[in-house]
Amino acid sequence: MTDMSPHQGSSAGHENAPARLGYSPVADIAHKPRATDTDPKAARRAERQVATMFLLSMLFVVLFVVAYIGIDKTTVVYIPVLGEVGASNVALGFTMGMAILLIGTGAIQWAKKLMPDVEVVQQRHDMASPKRAALEAEANYERGKEESGFARFRIIRRTLIGAMVLFPIPLVVMLRDLWTPTEFTEGKSPAELLSTTMWTPGMRIISDGTYQGAHSEIDSGGEMAGDVEAAEDSIAFRPIRPEDLPVGGLIAAIPQELPEVEHEEGNLNARGKAAIILVRMEPQDIRSQQGDGWDYQGILAYSKICTHVGCPIALYEQRTHHLLCPCHQSTFDLADSGNVVFGPAARRMPQLPIGVDEEGYLVAMSDFAEPIGPSFWERG
Amino acid sequence: MKFLAARRRSPIVASALLIGALAVVGGGYAALGAVQPAEATIAVGAETQVEKGKQLYLEGCSSCHGLEAQGTKNGPTLIGVGAAAVHFQVATGRMPLAAPGAQAPAKENIYSDADIAAMSAYVASLAPGPAIPTAEQIDYADADVAFGGELFRINCAQCHQAAGQGGALTQGKYAPSLMEATPQEIYEAMLTGPQNMPVFSDAQLPTEDKQAIIAYIRGLDNAPSMGGLNLGRFGPVTEGVFLALAIFAALIAAAVWIGIKSR
Repeated sequence: MTDMSPHQGSSAGHENAPARLGYSPVADIAHKPRATDTDPKAARRAERQVATMFLLSMLFVVLFVVAYIGIDKTTVVYIPVLGEVGASNVALGFTMGMAILLIGTGAIQWAKKLMPDVEVVQQRHDMASPKRAALEAEANYERGKEESGFARFRIIRRTLIGAMVLFPIPLVVMLRDLWTPTEFTEGKSPAELLSTTMWTPGMRIISDGTYQGAHSEIDSGGEMAGDVEAAEDSIAFRPIRPEDLPVGGLIAAIPQELPEVEHEEGNLNARGKAAIILVRMEPQDIRSQQGDGWDYQGILAYSKICTHVGCPIALYEQRTHHLLCPCHQSTFDLADSGNVVFGPAARRMPQLPIGVDEEGYLVAMSDFAEPIGPSFWERG
Repeated sequence: MKFLAARRRSPIVASALLIGALAVVGGGYAALGAVQPAEATIAVGAETQVEKGKQLYLEGCSSCHGLEAQGTKNGPTLIGVGAAAVHFQVATGRMPLAAPGAQAPAKENIYSDADIAAMSAYVASLAPGPAIPTAEQIDYADADVAFGGELFRINCAQCHQAAGQGGALTQGKYAPSLMEATPQEIYEAMLTGPQNMPVFSDAQLPTEDKQAIIAYIRGLDNAPSMGGLNLGRFGPVTEGVFLALAIFAALIAAAVWIGIKSR
């Protein structure tokens, strides 16, 4: 092990020169005594400094408690550099930080100024085990092999290897149950669930946020059930007419039945798959689409879920028609079938075919033709 | 002079002269580039507002947008963009453009309100387009801030960041911070979709929705930072950089102090 005795210090040229307390064991480094070693006044001053730091730490603890009890958490103060900040958080953080910091600085000052000042040589030894120990280990191994008969009992050896190989299989089989069927999975396999969304032919496209707005209105405003329903009817389900969306416009949209699925059935996964964005461009700007006539007069519907790792994206540049994912900068060209023009995404952004119903509202013509979102095992 | 004469053949002289010349040219260009067609006002006499606007347009805008506002390869057509677009672009100083680039940055506006109104009237006279919002439309006093927050997070936060601080787009373009924007500018931007911003029409986000969004943005601007230094409200990136630079530097300084031998 290591030898850290200050008295027993030795190195190449000083085999037999014992180091004395306060003297360098290495001849060419002169030991300089500190002021606190030679001047009793300096030592007392250092003592006072250390004690002051510990005392201040106590004071800050008291101040912390006072701030915790005394400062309302909504109080705002102006502090230069920080600006308008919450008084409570700043006071709590500062006092607790100072209390801890002063204990630390006090301890270090104590060690630096007042604890013994000696140079120490730490002896090291070779990393490798001594030859004798290595030979002993080798002999032990050979003896174990001989006594167990591992080489002799061939059938035992092979069945043991077989058992060890099969042992991890239950772990792999249990992976399947990371996915549990619920009331929403309707007996579908994970691959089917990932490949389909709730869009069906003729389902109206509604503007996202209008529903949420209705929801907040219900929470805060409505006093009677009648009011709630009235509020819900007036703004909750805002279907979209083609003329609502000007060229260059963007609407974050969801299926009409999503609010029901989401809030009445409590299925929060549906939004993650069905969310779309609607954009409108001049029809002559559309260079290609994923299917013939999947737009409606220049209005295109694309999934909102990035095909890389599934971030929701609506970062749309109306002049370049590029859709940019803020997570990893995958960029899709919505004027060109949603193809990837930059970034790590491996698949184009799935397009939703749209049209209008007899009342003139935008509807989906079918579900997505390809799975939305990131790649998964069965999709290859 | 002896000092200079003795050193004029030194190898660093050529480099120093080159750097100096580049600095003068570059700095001069930047300084001159910032200077706008300064005196754009003209003698109006009895001209109508539209005629005055056309005159201002021809002087300040037509080199890029064309003599008939039909657009050129340097600038899009202004036919049908409406008065709101003109007011937004000129009042925020984005137009006239100082230099071609990925994005027209906001800068000091050089036109008077009357000049902007005249140019807006001229462009509006070319074809119908979004009008400048009225004082009533941009009055957000009674707006629902929480609803505005939801609309902001659904429609705006992807580019302008959840706290409205702005963010990067592709190839040098960016979504600007909204903290300096006036309610009128916010309304006009939604209505007209300046540069690469999508259009959010009144059919899609009706006036009360836009008012709620404005109320939310103004609320963000006035909100104190309850957690202390907000570091631009950019979230983990600036906080991480701050930790990596300031806190690590402090830790290294502490380690140096601990390691220094006491005297």
